[in-house]
Amino acid sequence: MRTLAKILIVAFCVLAAAPIAWHVLSSLKTPGELASIPPTIWPRSATLDNYRELFTRRSFGRYYANSFVIAALSSLLCVAAGSLAAYSLARTSTVVRKLTTSSLLIVAFFPPIVLLFPLYEMVRAAGLMNHAWGLILPYAALNLPLTIWLLTGYFEQIPYEIEEAAAMDGLSRLQTFVKVILPLSAPALATTGMLAFIFAWNEFLFALTFMNRESSKTITVGVATLSGAFTYEIPWGLLAAGVVASSFPLILLVTVFQRRIVAGLTAGAGK
Amino acid sequence: MQKRGGRSLEIFFYLPAAALLALVVVYPMARTAFLSFTRTNLATGFHSEFAGLQNYRRLIADSRFHNALWVTTTFTVLSVALEFALGLLLALAAETFIRGRSLIRAIFLAPWTLPTAIVAVLWAWIFNDQYGVLNALLLRAHIVQTPIAWLASPVSAMASIIIADVWKTTPFVFLVLLAGMQNVPRELYEAVEMDGGGAWSKFRHVTWPFLLPFVFIALVFRLIQGFAIFDLVYVMTGGGPGGSTETVSVYSYQTYMRYLDIGYGSAQVGAVVIILAAAAYLLYRLLLRQYAHLS
Repeated sequence: MRTLAKILIVAFCVLAAAPIAWHVLSSLKTPGELASIPPTIWPRSATLDNYRELFTRRSFGRYYANSFVIAALSSLLCVAAGSLAAYSLARTSTVVRKLTTSSLLIVAFFPPIVLLFPLYEMVRAAGLMNHAWGLILPYAALNLPLTIWLLTGYFEQIPYEIEEAAAMDGLSRLQTFVKVILPLSAPALATTGMLAFIFAWNEFLFALTFMNRESSKTITVGVATLSGAFTYEIPWGLLAAGVVASSFPLILLVTVFQRRIVAGLTAGAGK
Repeated sequence: MQKRGGRSLEIFFYLPAAALLALVVVYPMARTAFLSFTRTNLATGFHSEFAGLQNYRRLIADSRFHNALWVTTTFTVLSVALEFALGLLLALAAETFIRGRSLIRAIFLAPWTLPTAIVAVLWAWIFNDQYGVLNALLLRAHIVQTPIAWLASPVSAMASIIIADVWKTTPFVFLVLLAGMQNVPRELYEAVEMDGGGAWSKFRHVTWPFLLPFVFIALVFRLIQGFAIFDLVYVMTGGGPGGSTETVSVYSYQTYMRYLDIGYGSAQVGAVVIILAAAAYLLYRLLLRQYAHLS
């Protein structure tokens, strides 16, 4: 039984890693080798040319910067707005808290396509097409339900006495929040911020619709349209390099903080 | 618990979040609902003319919409069922590991971390008939004699999309269930052993009841995400061949952005929301009833 379980886990670890490994290997191949049929597994002579072309001749650096700015700002905004609301929710009556968190959960479950067209109208009317803020605001809002949900649970565990002590020291409510509560909740804020960042980095539907200029594209749209599904020659090497380069920062982030991320993901179910 | 409402809470604390949600979620939802009862398209110059239930009536007769619903349901049910079976199996298997669990977690997290659109690019290449590694491996092992164009025929295209989705999201189900298993009290396993129960009765009477809330969360999350699937299909097959992988989100996207039929697109997504709400309610009744019964 135990051996069987071990074999199973190892087999699935291989299955999980193999497709990524194939792209890493392919990204190191020369165009000539990539055009061979059937494809080779190991690169005959490894080269970094694909990455070089991606960043110099294509606007990949630009996609990267766009995605980073949008993901970072939207997750900051989300955690800032979410923590304020979650703090108030954690200190309000049970009825209000339960009602608000469950309606937030319902909101979180709406398919994003429901919001697409009205948001498109608004983004256009506001002149934010091809502008980072056209995605930052929607992403921040879409991450709010989960952020508020997770942070409310966290703030509830902070003893009220700490705030009373702060009040006696003459701190206002906002000061208490900024100087006492936030530092105490740094780990929870980091987790929710990271989840919001990953979501924003990965989003495709809105990014595809609101950013159509080459220089405004995010990385997911950039790589997906790099494939040039309608052209005859598909740049395999660039594609492989694009897949690897676009997922590398995320895989790194998640591997380092895996414990926190898993805890954040599953916090809702424990209650 | 002491009284907490003594000091009035500044409404200001709620304001930023409420404003964002109102702007990005509440207003668009209301606007979509409104548009679904209007004729708003190129022909009306994008002015909304009240049309009553006309768009919804059109849905009932639209075979492309029925096909999209069928495709979406098939995709969702098959991929969630597979993800769930594999996730549970793996979570049970990982339980036997004392050390190395964080390494396993890290490896499994990688596919889940990848953006779905990138996963689509990744698998589209693997399934490519000439340059794809899948055919290369199958040919080398003499399992097939000629390369198969996986994405070019309806059944194998659907299977390819399901495989890509299962690859990406089984880790999520696995991690949620693995976390759930940490909540199972070990003493109960010993109690079952003393009663002479085997592995099955341990699972049935101890693991499963404690796992149910986690099962519920994972299922609802996955079902709703599966039903809304857009990027995977849009990038991998574009809904083809011949609409055989066109999900409702892809169809609605085309209705909005390509046919510019805003009123009709809104009715499509409105219908999806109603279907999802009904499914979530049924699932809730089914699973949580069972849970309440057991505890």
